[in-house]
Amino acid sequence: MDVFDKLKILTDAAKYDVACTSSGVNKKAAAGGVGSAAASGICHSFSGDGRCISLLKVLMTNVCAYDCKYCVNRKSNDTPRASFTPRELAELTINFYRRNYIEGLFLSSGVLKNPDYTTEQMIEALRILREEYRFFGYIHAKAIPGTDSRLIAQLGMLTDRMSVNIELPSQSSLQMLAPDKSKHSILAPMKYIQNRIQENSTDVIKYRHAPKFVPAGQSTQMIIGATPDTDFQILNLTEGLYKKYKLKRVFFSAYMPVAENTLLPTLDTTPPLWREHRLYQADWLLRFYGFTANELLDQHHQSFNPYLDPKCNWALHHMDFFPMNVNRAPYSDLLRVPGIGVNSAKRIVIARRSATLQFNDLKKLGVVLKRAQYFITCGGKVTGGLKITQDKVLQSLMSEKTLGMYHQSFPLQSQIKQLSLFEQPPMIPSGFPQEDLQRCLTNPI
Amino acid sequence: MFDQSNLIYRYDGSFDGLLCCVFESYDKKEIPTEIILPDTSQTLLFTVKEIRTDVQKSSRVLASIPEKMGFDALNFIRRAFLTCFTQKELYILLFLRLGYRHGQSVMSMLANDVVNILFKAVKHLDNESHLLKGFVRFSIFSNILVAQIEPKNYVLPLMTQHFSERYPEERFLIYDKTHGMALVYQPYQSAIISIEDLELPEPDEQEQSYRELWQLFYDTIEIQGRHNPKCRMSHMPKRYWKYMTEFGGPRKKSPLKLEDTAKFLIP
Ligand code: SF4
Repeated sequence: MDVFDKLKILTDAAKYDVACTSSGVNKKAAAGGVGSAAASGICHSFSGDGRCISLLKVLMTNVCAYDCKYCVNRKSNDTPRASFTPRELAELTINFYRRNYIEGLFLSSGVLKNPDYTTEQMIEALRILREEYRFFGYIHAKAIPGTDSRLIAQLGMLTDRMSVNIELPSQSSLQMLAPDKSKHSILAPMKYIQNRIQENSTDVIKYRHAPKFVPAGQSTQMIIGATPDTDFQILNLTEGLYKKYKLKRVFFSAYMPVAENTLLPTLDTTPPLWREHRLYQADWLLRFYGFTANELLDQHHQSFNPYLDPKCNWALHHMDFFPMNVNRAPYSDLLRVPGIGVNSAKRIVIARRSATLQFNDLKKLGVVLKRAQYFITCGGKVTGGLKITQDKVLQSLMSEKTLGMYHQSFPLQSQIKQLSLFEQPPMIPSGFPQEDLQRCLTNPI
Repeated sequence: MFDQSNLIYRYDGSFDGLLCCVFESYDKKEIPTEIILPDTSQTLLFTVKEIRTDVQKSSRVLASIPEKMGFDALNFIRRAFLTCFTQKELYILLFLRLGYRHGQSVMSMLANDVVNILFKAVKHLDNESHLLKGFVRFSIFSNILVAQIEPKNYVLPLMTQHFSERYPEERFLIYDKTHGMALVYQPYQSAIISIEDLELPEPDEQEQSYRELWQLFYDTIEIQGRHNPKCRMSHMPKRYWKYMTEFGGPRKKSPLKLEDTAKFLIP
């Protein structure tokens, strides 16, 4: 089998992994080396599905001894198998890197023989890259659940980021669909990596040249919609992972049916992209906007509103928080206004030092007035002649098409009925407008 | 004193030249309505005043900027000067006038029209140079890395550090077709030189293979069930595709004419 066939098979098998960023660390090559990394991350291309391509994302091998039901590489699946040799992979990476196709390598793998053997293969590929080619670019490697911690430690010294994929958000789902894995086998390496990162950071303070262990931190991903776990459970778990395990990112991946199995959604199920999208929005709110999971969802509201992004939804529930004086409100409060994002909030804080801001100034600063106007005042004023009705606010927050669908689902019988927006719709309408769904995930809300 | 309503400055296109326009504006207590380049066609309706570049004047202005309004402001107008914003010269002059009046706080006057327009132009420049750090595609010819770009803004000065740190041991060249300039690098020095045209040789076998491997990877990594060309386009506007390997890459032309540029690369 030549390298073309291998690349095809091992890319195809890796593409469902959603982590793609090359972010989290700044560094440059030492003399005689090649490669650098930028903390903000660099996208080198975008694939036809609109996702950023930053790293050469491949598997070491798609041979797998495990049989996770949701995975294309599961043992029982009849699919062509291939493995890179460590040298082939290193050479491919360095040659792509020299041509500026990629920012580095994202290496994952099926379980060949056993977790330790697989990890040894990965370590060898990375050793060639780092030692022989003196490669200083970005490397993200997956820790295979069940690997000996000694090997994880070795792998960690060669990588910038590591991840252990949770995949299924609860122990019961794992038991059902990934019989070879357990909550413990996933969380143990995560905890181990976290501890090593912490130890290492004190070493680096003590000895300036101490080699760095996973300097860009760790991440994980979860599959959405393969199991009955609710948005609330997933978001809570996400928050816990940021707090307890100090993860840098949690990624979500709408389940693409890849297997016929009574335990899984049927093959003709469309992936719940809108849920994935809402989870990313909520994740963004946790990481950059100072929200907590419990503010966005709770026991009684376990699913996101398909019509409204979580921030607008929160705002409509907390009208007593508004209107807010943009010339006075602290940064953290500004972030809670629909139509004001991180950038525009920062600009407001800077610009109001030298002038009292008016509505048309806000526009220049990038505020989406169409949304924000209902929630703010400028120098005591609200926008001219604005009559606030619930429907007006809704109109400003949704596209026309979405609003139409919203009215269809919630007929305008009475004001009280309208407020049922805040309850969960009985089911998700199928033809949900694409433009609302597919607004790309990297953009802030 | 010239009548302000129809006064035009013409300068030589250099940063120093622009600073001399600022000097002139203060010296003569006048504000031009336009600042034009030497080759701009002349409208007879307006008075065109030639501003001679005088390094003594420009260095006085240059020294005064960080003093009066801080290094951030100086750094900012240097970047503004690289943008493709057509009235950048006039707006930089107006910005500096604001800066002399308000001091450091000029950088926080984001709602002021002059400041706002320049900030947007600089943001456009920064965005483009950031995108190009990823979208530049090198081909390797006799172990020299060669790339072409067609940016709207003059981004090469902003890319020098990035690529020098990325490929410290390589020799590379990035040709900016829009501005007729090229960034050339060899260990451990770089320069931006003017180049008329660049014709690339046919790729050798190895180069061709890696191009095809990359195209294969690009096509395979897409999840078909999530095909979303609109999203791709918004992240990676079509004007960048022309030189990207995954879309067929640089159009091949006649044999190698690297000699002109190679002399900068071969010590
Ligand atoms: S261990 Fe990984 S590769 Fe193997 S079947 Fe499970 S998810 Fe797929």
